[in-house]
Amino acid sequence: MRYINYQSSDKIAEVIEAGTTQFTAQCYDLYGLPPLGSLVRTGDIYGIVFNATTTSLEPGRKPLARGKDEATEEAVYESSPQLTKLLRSEFGAVVVGYKDGDIVRHYLPPQPAKIHAFVYLCQPDEVKEFGRSFDFLDILTGATLPVPAEELISATLRQMSRVQEDPHAFLVAAGKELAALLSNQYDRLKSILGRLT
Amino acid sequence: MTDRLGIVTEASLERGVEVRLDGPVSVEDMVVGRYVTIKGQKRRFFGMITDVSLGVTDQRLTITPPDTTDPFIREVLTGTSTFGTIHVTPMLTIGGDAESVLEGPQPVKTIPGHFAAVNLATEEDIERVFGKEDPQRFHIGNPLDMETKLCLNLEEFVKRSNGIFGKSGTGKTFLTRILLIGMLQKSQAVNLIFDMHNEYGWEGSSEGSTRKVKGLKQWGQSKVAIFTLDKENSATRKVPTDFTVQIGYDEITPEDISVLRSTLNLTELAVEAAYQLRRRFGKGWLRETLSMGEGDTSKEEVDEILKEANIHESSFQSLRRGLNIIERLGFVVPQAPEDAVKHILNQLDRGVSVVMEFGRYREISAYLLVANMLSRRIYAQYQERSEKARANDTALPQPLVITIEEAHKFLSTEVAGKTIFGTIAREMRKYNVSLLVIDQRPSGIDEEVMSQMGTKITCLLDNEKDIDSVLAGVSGKSELKSVLARLAPKQQALIFGHAVPMPVAFQPREYGSAQSYKDFGQAGSQTTTAQAEKDIEELWE
Repeated sequence: MRYINYQSSDKIAEVIEAGTTQFTAQCYDLYGLPPLGSLVRTGDIYGIVFNATTTSLEPGRKPLARGKDEATEEAVYESSPQLTKLLRSEFGAVVVGYKDGDIVRHYLPPQPAKIHAFVYLCQPDEVKEFGRSFDFLDILTGATLPVPAEELISATLRQMSRVQEDPHAFLVAAGKELAALLSNQYDRLKSILGRLT
Repeated sequence: MTDRLGIVTEASLERGVEVRLDGPVSVEDMVVGRYVTIKGQKRRFFGMITDVSLGVTDQRLTITPPDTTDPFIREVLTGTSTFGTIHVTPMLTIGGDAESVLEGPQPVKTIPGHFAAVNLATEEDIERVFGKEDPQRFHIGNPLDMETKLCLNLEEFVKRSNGIFGKSGTGKTFLTRILLIGMLQKSQAVNLIFDMHNEYGWEGSSEGSTRKVKGLKQWGQSKVAIFTLDKENSATRKVPTDFTVQIGYDEITPEDISVLRSTLNLTELAVEAAYQLRRRFGKGWLRETLSMGEGDTSKEEVDEILKEANIHESSFQSLRRGLNIIERLGFVVPQAPEDAVKHILNQLDRGVSVVMEFGRYREISAYLLVANMLSRRIYAQYQERSEKARANDTALPQPLVITIEEAHKFLSTEVAGKTIFGTIAREMRKYNVSLLVIDQRPSGIDEEVMSQMGTKITCLLDNEKDIDSVLAGVSGKSELKSVLARLAPKQQALIFGHAVPMPVAFQPREYGSAQSYKDFGQAGSQTTTAQAEKDIEELWE
């Protein structure tokens, strides 16, 4: 169930928790989550989606199983339309850079994102622009996150490579950058490279 | 393609420079012996690749290698986690300011800074270091894997004694021939060549084929004279000779015998006996010794002489046996019709180089005897003339280069002190005489003599002792060793020493084809060019 049209530059979420290195945003649509590793922007700040969750609106209350008499999963939601309001989709993004005037900086912004700031999924041109430099990989390799950094990095690079004219060359260049960053952590490098193809 | 190879990551003046290769540069393209330039901040360095190796950033890569069938992984890791390194031995520097550019390349006294860019040397770089072909500089070949002409300053070259070394069959003779022609064309020096195998005079053989190649005489009729010890043999080979050398008994001295001691299998005492007999009989000692006990002299008389001279019978017999071998050499006659030394000197004085052919007398004893005897007397003349010239402040005699083969027989530790060649090698060019020694066992040559050699050119050597002896005293010895040991078995050589600013591995220029003759002709005089053209025409007929 996808509610997002990737081609539009409509806002997809709103910041509900913000820090210097990460922010959390709640999607306007249930399951309207951007894919793992995609580049999002809020204000001037760029983030990489790393941890998406869909939970009950109230923290203590667990959803009930409702599909016993329904033929399809969609039918569950159709017969209980209130569900889309009782559940919420959230994602975390790790801050990887910001826009300083016209220049994209691949390091942490001076100020964190604002609460209620709108979050947009970056369009191919923006992704391409951001992907000119691999300096952001340094932030990802060093970040402490609930998802394995190797998974996140490979997902990010796969996402980014899709909008490049020569995805293979892009991945090779990124791989070389990683090889330099992880020069003495061959195991990590190997697991990332293994997930790129 | 860019010529950039990589960057300097480590360096020490003592141990050389470590260069990490850039990703796109294949380690397999790096060849030991090639030249590189390193662009430091203030100066440029010239160096030679002396080692190539592989490196990894993480040792785990070598323990659990990645999946090499995946081209992506391979592409990513090449040049990053796995990379090539080369070891460069810096040899020369050129400063950045105008003054030091004029000064030219200087020996290296410092090292480039971190991450200085390393490039393959270009033709201009090589030219800047070794100079262009000009009236003094002679094109001897090309640096390995390069098209650039490598030029040797022959004026500088002949100022000292030099050596050409290499295992047999590696192209020593070939190289020597090229150098001799170069000297003929471009230096003021005259040559006296003791040509054991009849290779240099009129024509020589080309290794591995039946093709004949031109000798010196064919390059300058008026500048080369061929002397022979074996007229018949020269005539059979259709060599136009200028003079037939014969040696009289009275020209041979006990010194000549002492050089031949091990060759003739003489005892120390037998050599000593020769000196005693010389003291007793004077100049005619050899004739007297050979006739003792034969004809007029009775056994008693012989015993009497030996007793007086304090010579033991067995030593005398040993000497006699040795002298009989000499006597049997066809060119040794009781009385020489003409003085060979005088003839050689006449030619040399006129600026004509002399090639001494040995014909069938290829035994080492004949070679040692003749080369040593003639050189000794010629050197004595040069010595006298030089001293006179110095006293009267007149011009010194024309420089003379004596070329000898099988040099370890003349210059072994045992006899170097006794032969004239030992003296020439040690006294350098005090009297305007220098040596060009050709040898396959340089370890047999006296260390002191070796150390006095100006320029050494060496083809492949694989005996550890020989390599050590050739490279003794050279800075960066261990690095050069790896270059030397990896030369191709044929037609590659390493030159280092006085006449070249830095060691260089090179491929000698081609010699033997019509085109090569033409190239040599152009470097020489007009007449030789005409000759080469004629040769080419003949080739097409």
